[in-house]
Amino acid sequence: MTDIRVFDAVPEAGFGDYVQLLKPRVMSLVVFTALVGLLVAPVRLHPVEAFAAILFIALGAGASGALNMWWDADIDAVMKRTKGRPVPSGRVAGAEALGLGLALSGISVVMLGLATNLVAAGLLAFTIFFYAVVYSMGLKRVTPQNIVIGGAAGAFPPMIGWVAATGSVSIEAVLMFAVIFMWTPPHFWALALFMKEDYHTAGVPMLTVTHGRKATRAHVLVYALLLAPVAIWTAATSIGGPFTMAVSVALSVWFAKGGHDIWRRDEAMAEVDKYAVEKAFFRFSLLYLFVIFAAYLIEAALKIYGLGGW
Amino acid sequence: MAFRPQHEIHTRRFGRNVGVAVLLVGFVMLVFALTVVKVTRGDPMKGFDHVVEPALLPDPGAAP
Repeated sequence: MTDIRVFDAVPEAGFGDYVQLLKPRVMSLVVFTALVGLLVAPVRLHPVEAFAAILFIALGAGASGALNMWWDADIDAVMKRTKGRPVPSGRVAGAEALGLGLALSGISVVMLGLATNLVAAGLLAFTIFFYAVVYSMGLKRVTPQNIVIGGAAGAFPPMIGWVAATGSVSIEAVLMFAVIFMWTPPHFWALALFMKEDYHTAGVPMLTVTHGRKATRAHVLVYALLLAPVAIWTAATSIGGPFTMAVSVALSVWFAKGGHDIWRRDEAMAEVDKYAVEKAFFRFSLLYLFVIFAAYLIEAALKIYGLGGW
Repeated sequence: MAFRPQHEIHTRRFGRNVGVAVLLVGFVMLVFALTVVKVTRGDPMKGFDHVVEPALLPDPGAAP
C-alpha cells in the first residue's frame, strides 16, 4: 500500500518568508525615525498609544514593502542581490504578497487612525500609495531620479510619528522629512558607485548607468551640500538646541567633505583603492542619519532637565 | 498502529500556524489595552443603571 508523498518541488513558505516580504531592515529604520518624530513632539501620548502608533507605522511600511516585492518580482529575479527574495525564489506566490500587502495596508491605516488620529492615518495611507504606486509602479523604471522619489517615501515616518502625537503637520515635521529626503540620494548613489549592481540587465535606469559615474559623483556632492542647510535649519527649530546645532554642523561639514572627496575622484583612482572613499562615505551616511535623529532625541531628553532647547 | 514521523513540511506549517496565533493574540491584547487607555482617559462618561434620574427628565414647566 502506498501512502501520499509530499514532494519539495514547490518549496513551501515558512513564517520567516512572510517576515522577509515586509523588508524588516527597512522597518527597523522606520521604527527608529518614527519613534524620534513621536517623542520630540510637544504632545505626550500614552505609552500604549505611542507603542501602537509606532507598530502600525512600521506595519504600514512593511505593507508597502510587500507590495513592492509583488510588483518588482521580475526585476528581483534578474538581479543577484535580490533573486533570493521570497517571491522571485518561488517560496511565496506573487498574489499572496499582493494580498498580504493590501491587507496589512488596510489594517495599519485603520489601526493608526483609531490609536492616534485621522491625519496620521491619512499620511500613512499616502506614504504606502506613494511608495507602492508612484515609486514602484510609476517612476522607478522610468527616470534615473528614482532614488530621489523613493527617498520621499522613506522620509515620511518621522513626520507621521510627529503627526500621531500632535495631530497636525508643522515646520519641524516637514524639516525632519527634508533631512531624510536630502540624505537618501547621496546614501544610495554612493552605494551604487561601488556595488556595481546589474541594474542594466533588470532595466532599472540607475543614475550610474544612464548618466555615468562622473555625473553620479557630482550628484552626490550636490545633495550632500544641499543637506547641510536643511539639517542646520532643523536644529534651529523648536526640536533643536545648542547641542543639536553643534552635532548638525559637525555632521554637515563632514558629510560635505565626504561628498567633495567622492566628486574629486575618478574611476581609475577608485579602482586603485577598491572604492575605499565611496565605502567610507556610505558607512558614514548611515551613521549620519542615526546620530542626527539620536541628537533630536537627546535634545528632547535634555529639555526635561531644563538643559536643552533654545 | 505507529504514526509515521512528521515530514519537514508539517513542522514548517506548524511554525507558521504558531506565528499567526501569536500575532492574533498579540493584536487582541493590543486592542484591549488601547481600549482601556482610551476609555479611562476619555471624555467624562456616565453609565445608566435603569434608575429614574429626575435631573434628566424634561422640565414640565418649560414651554413645549
